[in-house]
Amino acid sequence: MRRARVAYAGAIHDASPIASSPSDREDLRLADGRVVAAEQVVWLPPFMVGTVFALGLNYADHARELDIKRPEEPLVFLKGPGTLLGHRGVTRRPAGVGFMHYECELAVIIGRPAKQVARAQALEHVAGYCVANDYAVRDYLENWYRPNLRVKNRDGATVLGPWFVDAADIADPATLGLRAFVNGQLTQQGNTRDLIFDIPSLIEYLSAFMTLSTGDVILTGTPEGVVNVTPGDVVACEIDGLGRLVNTIAADSEFGR
Amino acid sequence: MLAGADLFSIPFDVPPYRLSGAVYGTLLNHRSALAALGPAVHQPPYHAPPNAPVLFIKPRNTLARSGDVVRIPVGTPELEVGACLGVVIGRTACKVPEPRALDYVAGYLIVADVSVPHASYHRPSIRFKARDGFCPLGPTVTARAAVVDPDALMIRSYLDGVLVHIASTADLIRPAARLLADITEFMTLAPGDVLALGAAGPAPRVRSGQTSRIDIDGLGSLSNPFMDAAA
Repeated sequence: MRRARVAYAGAIHDASPIASSPSDREDLRLADGRVVAAEQVVWLPPFMVGTVFALGLNYADHARELDIKRPEEPLVFLKGPGTLLGHRGVTRRPAGVGFMHYECELAVIIGRPAKQVARAQALEHVAGYCVANDYAVRDYLENWYRPNLRVKNRDGATVLGPWFVDAADIADPATLGLRAFVNGQLTQQGNTRDLIFDIPSLIEYLSAFMTLSTGDVILTGTPEGVVNVTPGDVVACEIDGLGRLVNTIAADSEFGR
Repeated sequence: MLAGADLFSIPFDVPPYRLSGAVYGTLLNHRSALAALGPAVHQPPYHAPPNAPVLFIKPRNTLARSGDVVRIPVGTPELEVGACLGVVIGRTACKVPEPRALDYVAGYLIVADVSVPHASYHRPSIRFKARDGFCPLGPTVTARAAVVDPDALMIRSYLDGVLVHIASTADLIRPAARLLADITEFMTLAPGDVLALGAAGPAPRVRSGQTSRIDIDGLGSLSNPFMDAAA
């Protein structure tokens, strides 16, 4: 089952798609019975988000692209709640920067607490999945506590949605194709089969030293193919079975800067 | 005990002091902490001193109260406790100008940034700082109005009652208002978010069986016993 969280007519609603499979058609049925078009609502991240983990360099091709050798331990960093954004949202590109890019990623949502969970049981702790777009502004990269928050923890830099998709609906999360499009042009392509650290490994790794809770989410990293985006660009991230997450880049002027 | 789940029962869970659960920390913001690195700041892998604030996140599983036991992981002889002044945000802070930054503060508390000691600031694993219970904070939130000058507070660290470290917020490279201005330029802070302003160096180290206590002028004491995880 897929579900969304949206703001509509003065309240926040749980909503489900009218269409039975992910498609361009995103009309919604709200929990209270009303049927609304995708454009009529404000899409929020599709679940109550707890701790946000993100992976650096978790696809061999992307690590090569950045000229960094394959890591021995998952390169995990954390993101704060202020960065979260829903489907069809707008992300600011600061004036004067040279390289801001999207990252299409599979997001894994924890469904029940996980502490010292072995690989073999790890997927039992997964509630579902969604598409994530994890933006970075590389101009701000410094060599202190990388990737530093000014690169990765910016307002609107963590886009989640459109749907929360039940784990039961995804037969094999380890063979999902990912694609990103900028203004309709395919720019990034990959498959979760190429993850260096797969989902069970990541849950085993994290839960070995910390407790994962319901709503925590792991953004599993991005394959090669990140390109610069500029104001006005429409970025769409797609993952097999999870739908298409759309986001627009805006200039400082739209944010009163 | 599992700290994160208890966050919402702490005594300061009363508006306007309700914590959101988001805790941001700052490193190398105390002159002594940056000075301790010496010429290394100019050498690989850093190449240059930090430009933007050096920030990190303490996730919700790390949050703990005064009195909670901090567990020392197996194979780790001691933990480091960075004693910090923490700012509690009172209203949405986005691109706040430095002269008005403190208007966005609801109050202050003590933050103990507990870490597995690690030498590198380059790309450290989150397993050093993000373990369960590694961020005791409190003992309560003291209202902003009760703190005359957040840039002139003494921070005292004690081990089993013995004073082992003393620092002042007067020695912060970016004082509270400046740090809030620089951070909210790119990330909005929400009511209840906590920003720890940064510990002095070298941070005291604590072994199993010892109790760490941090006192900050006017904010009370944050006290936590440390025990081996296996004990």
